[in-house]
Amino acid sequence: MIRALIAAVILLGAMQATLAVEPSEMLTNPALEARAEAIGKQLRCLVCQNESIEDSGADLAHDLRVLIRERLTAGDSDAQAIKYVTDRYGAFVLLKPPVEPATYLLWFSPFAILVLSAAGAWFYLRRRTAAPDEPLDLEQRRRLERLLLDDQ
Amino acid sequence: MSWRRTTYLLPMVAFAAFAVYLSHGLAPGYNPELLPSALIDKPAPAFDLAGLKGEARLTNRAFSDEIVFVNFFASWCVPCRQESPVLMDLSRRNVIVLYGIDYKDKPADAEKFLQQYGDPYRRIGVDDSGRTAINFGVYGVPETYAIDRTGHIRWRHVGPLTDEVVKNEILPLLQQLGAS
Repeated sequence: MIRALIAAVILLGAMQATLAVEPSEMLTNPALEARAEAIGKQLRCLVCQNESIEDSGADLAHDLRVLIRERLTAGDSDAQAIKYVTDRYGAFVLLKPPVEPATYLLWFSPFAILVLSAAGAWFYLRRRTAAPDEPLDLEQRRRLERLLLDDQ
Repeated sequence: MSWRRTTYLLPMVAFAAFAVYLSHGLAPGYNPELLPSALIDKPAPAFDLAGLKGEARLTNRAFSDEIVFVNFFASWCVPCRQESPVLMDLSRRNVIVLYGIDYKDKPADAEKFLQQYGDPYRRIGVDDSGRTAINFGVYGVPETYAIDRTGHIRWRHVGPLTDEVVKNEILPLLQQLGAS
């Protein structure tokens, strides 16, 4: 029973890892194919915009996969092959956006918010602990007693 | 110490500013899938395509000293049927010079499509492999590009052309580029 379960889990995992790459697209050179898959996983499919071209079954993704493999076979470096695609489709095809002035807000705003809120919390807590409770004066104590009696 | 009394407003102000910023994403007509072309103001990619119906080959060298529009279409593309009347109207009124690139299509199907919906193009190239489309940065058909007299891409539209696009984008563009 447990064995069957483990097998099922492994099988499900394997199904998830399945890429859309068709056997006919694959390069015979395993090193080149591995590089092509690594590049393809970084590139966004323009048709179904949250999938990489390695995962997508769209026609354009297929064409781009074949294109990447052609570029690598022709001797392009990984960076050259990626640039070939970004020259045509812009930085948006990169699933991981590059760190450049236009994306500083995207990359650094979470840290900025963290720093700001930490600073705010620090000031708040410091002020709170800096002001110790003062004992009630006579008038306040009388008022408190009155209020407590009213409650009963 | 009046600033102390107002600091409690600070988070609210910050939140309001952030909400206004995010609300841009909800603006009507905003489509996050539409992106500017990476090729705007860059030279149009070179291409050399077989002509449809045995016509002469279509190459980018055919675009000389005039503002041309290049429309990627296919007979299997439903929005292309939708934009066809707009293209026919532009072509009939000689508003633009329009070239067609038949994207991943069977020539026979394309010819049937043009017979049925009309042929607004001056000439048509057949992009069987889809490589010319990739060089232009095409996401999917229909897509339309404007190329100026110096061969630079100046404008791109994703999806079917409509009368609104003609009025709000194409006509001002022609004026800006100095159509004669």
